[in-house]
Amino acid sequence: MITWLRWAWRLLTSMRTALILLFLVALGSVPGSVLPQRGLTPEDVTKFYEENPGLAPWLDRFSMFDVFGAPWFAAIYLLLFVSLAGCVLPRAAQHYRAMRGRPPAAPRNLSRLPHTASVPGGTLALAEAELRRRRFRVNTGDGWVAAEKGYLRETGNLVFHLALLALLFAVGSGALFGYRGNVLVVEGDGFANTVAAYDKFSPGRFVDTESLKPFSFRLGDFTATYSTEPQRRGQPLDFSGKLSVREGGGQKTHDLRVNEPLEAGGAQVYLLGNGYAPTFRVTDGKGQVAFDGAVPFLPAEKGGFTSEGVIKVPDAQPAQLGFVGLFLPTTVTVGDSATSAFPAALNPTVRLFGFKGDLGLRSGAPQSVYQLNSDKMQMIKLPETRLAVGQSLTLPDGLGTVTFTGVKEWISLQITYDPGRFPALVSAALAVLGLVPALTVRRRRIWVRQTADGIDVGGLTRSEGGGGIEEEFESIVSSLRRSGEQESRELVKE
Amino acid sequence: MKVDQGLVELSDQLILGSLPVYTLAMLAFAVELAFRRTAAKAAVPAGAAVSGGAGASEGASAPGGVAVADADPESAAAAPRRAVNWGAFGVAFTVLGWAAHLGSIITRGAAADRWPWGNMYEFVVAICFAAVTAYLAFLVRHPVRHLGVFVMVPTILGLGIALRYLYVQAGPVVPALKSYWIAIHVSAAIIASGMFILAGVIGILQLMRWRYDGRTGAGKPVGFTAITRTLDLDQLERIAHRAIVFAFPIWTFAVIAGALWADRAWGRYWGWDPKETWSFITWIAYAAYLHSRATAGWKGRRSTIIQLVACACLLFNLVGVNVFISGLHSYADL
Ligand code: HEM
Repeated sequence: MITWLRWAWRLLTSMRTALILLFLVALGSVPGSVLPQRGLTPEDVTKFYEENPGLAPWLDRFSMFDVFGAPWFAAIYLLLFVSLAGCVLPRAAQHYRAMRGRPPAAPRNLSRLPHTASVPGGTLALAEAELRRRRFRVNTGDGWVAAEKGYLRETGNLVFHLALLALLFAVGSGALFGYRGNVLVVEGDGFANTVAAYDKFSPGRFVDTESLKPFSFRLGDFTATYSTEPQRRGQPLDFSGKLSVREGGGQKTHDLRVNEPLEAGGAQVYLLGNGYAPTFRVTDGKGQVAFDGAVPFLPAEKGGFTSEGVIKVPDAQPAQLGFVGLFLPTTVTVGDSATSAFPAALNPTVRLFGFKGDLGLRSGAPQSVYQLNSDKMQMIKLPETRLAVGQSLTLPDGLGTVTFTGVKEWISLQITYDPGRFPALVSAALAVLGLVPALTVRRRRIWVRQTADGIDVGGLTRSEGGGGIEEEFESIVSSLRRSGEQESRELVKE
Repeated sequence: MKVDQGLVELSDQLILGSLPVYTLAMLAFAVELAFRRTAAKAAVPAGAAVSGGAGASEGASAPGGVAVADADPESAAAAPRRAVNWGAFGVAFTVLGWAAHLGSIITRGAAADRWPWGNMYEFVVAICFAAVTAYLAFLVRHPVRHLGVFVMVPTILGLGIALRYLYVQAGPVVPALKSYWIAIHVSAAIIASGMFILAGVIGILQLMRWRYDGRTGAGKPVGFTAITRTLDLDQLERIAHRAIVFAFPIWTFAVIAGALWADRAWGRYWGWDPKETWSFITWIAYAAYLHSRATAGWKGRRSTIIQLVACACLLFNLVGVNVFISGLHSYADL
């Protein structure tokens, strides 16, 4: 049993296993980039299901739509972690001992080495001095000098691999102790960091959802600017949202932009998207204001930012009302049809389609705020007019009036808290720093042996990369020759 | 911010101008290679397995990496009426084309007052530039002049494809790309890609050369692989390895800088976006190449094949991911 375990451990911690596991991580991530993933594009997964009803459930059984959260992916990841640890930690200890030890004695026969030279008249003492001057680590013995240089290679290598280990650890702990959520905020509205305030919230396994670090903010003005140049008309140039932030009793303002997230409560708040939220007032058949507020519309098209949305008025009397709206930020009419020519709200109009009846909200089943369930509703005949801001539409049969009161904008935010973020950065930086010497420094040994008429020098490198050691070897030998000649000249003079 | 139309036109003209110059360079290099070939034929007895034959003289021209021009002793000996130094012409044209190429990149950046890699067109142009730069840099210290034709062909193809299919007007970038990270992350990705592609080209030559050797050994017709007959396998291997050793840390850095940027822009440093995933796969494949060279029995053909697989991953990330898979990398819209 013990021998079996030892065998398994050795197998797991061999470099080849680590490499295979690394390969498997790469291979495993291929389907994650080719197939739609739930975490990234859930709509596409649904579409895939519709288009491939036979195949999709099978793929799903192997977590192919959630590859990076799949048990088998986690298994590879964990094995890799263990393998790397088991491989690198002993090597680090070994290297530490090697660093403190001394270079091994010179082999008996230097002429077998790849680089050799004889220096008549040279002495061991001179060779030792020369090698020390070149910052070799030197060991001497009876009739020989051994020198070694390039420990930085192994050091860098170990730093790199240990940093990878730390990186895996940081990424893993970030996923367990961090959270991520999305929320949509309309101009003038606010957000407070509690789970309930999120539209979508995905916590790590060990996140205490009761006690997210408190902070809150309110969105003031949001501005999007678009290019007006002819060739790239409508290309977004800049987004900027003015936030007033409250955190720990303090208050500050932040200009939220695409590459400038807000940092609050240890979390980051990012601007993901934006859109229009036209505001409406609905007065019902009894003359009461049944709805008054902004309705976020979803962009249906990029160039002109035509947006669609749904107004639900459950409080309207005598019948519940629902509207589907088509919003055009810059309305241009050509013949009968209207389109939006520019993404900014230069000439906003909205076209409404009305329904009356039961919105189906009482059933308790969750409903999307962007979709109208018209199963139990009846279409109301509305004139084909587009409302400009301030205009109203009187509904037939005494159902009330709808007024298009104005245009606000919304932004969608992603809020992330990831405690592994900073450790991951440090380890990644260390990995690069370690990689450079690991690839470019050569570990090389030089041995010198006393001969009858001088010294023999031999050189060996086992690692590759960087320049060859020929040049260095030549240079050592020629300076030994020079100092040897000098020495003999001085001897002659004396 | 207005785009300077004059500079845009200048940039376009410079890149259009660099193409014929590169083509001349390619032709000059090709002529040089052809001369070498006839020279080598004279030097090596017909039908002999030439795995080391022509290479030996090549290696002799570079003792210890001292800066030398690509001395060509055998062709000097075997072709007494050698009047034109075609290789030198090739280098001169390459440098000229390179200068125009550089000018085009700079003027395009200046025209829109931003880093000139904001879309696929600019990105491909920059990678071609990086590959030519890498070749010229190698030329300073290594006898690689005769490989010029193999660098020029993909460069011309790349530029041609960029101009024909990817061209977009110079202009401002979308907000996601307004960040100093573009200077860091994308520059590093470009430099590394240029070096990797150079290594990939050499890898292909190595494979052709092995095939050539195999076929001559078996007495079969060599066909197209004959163009590699004067190349030195050891030298090819060394250059490819060196290019990858140089590029790998830069690539690592590029991926990490990308993660830092993603952290700023998208709210997570790693999210398995297709581009991220494929850059990771590429990274692992090159790491596997580096490891394979340390593994007994893998050096040589097998490690070259791994290198080429890695290069294929790199190219798939540059092209395939943009075309077949959509992700967050906004410049990918063609
Ligand atoms: C395979 C390697 C990669 C290449 C060749 C690459 C290339 C690029 C290019 C060309 C851009 C756009 C800049 C421009 O259009 O000029 C870009 C943007 C960006 N990349 Fe990468 N990238 C790679 C990997 C990554 C990775 C691994 C990450 C993150 C983990 C990342 C994150 C980003 C971010 C955040 C942006 C800017 C946002 C945007 O384009 O909308 N990239 N990358």
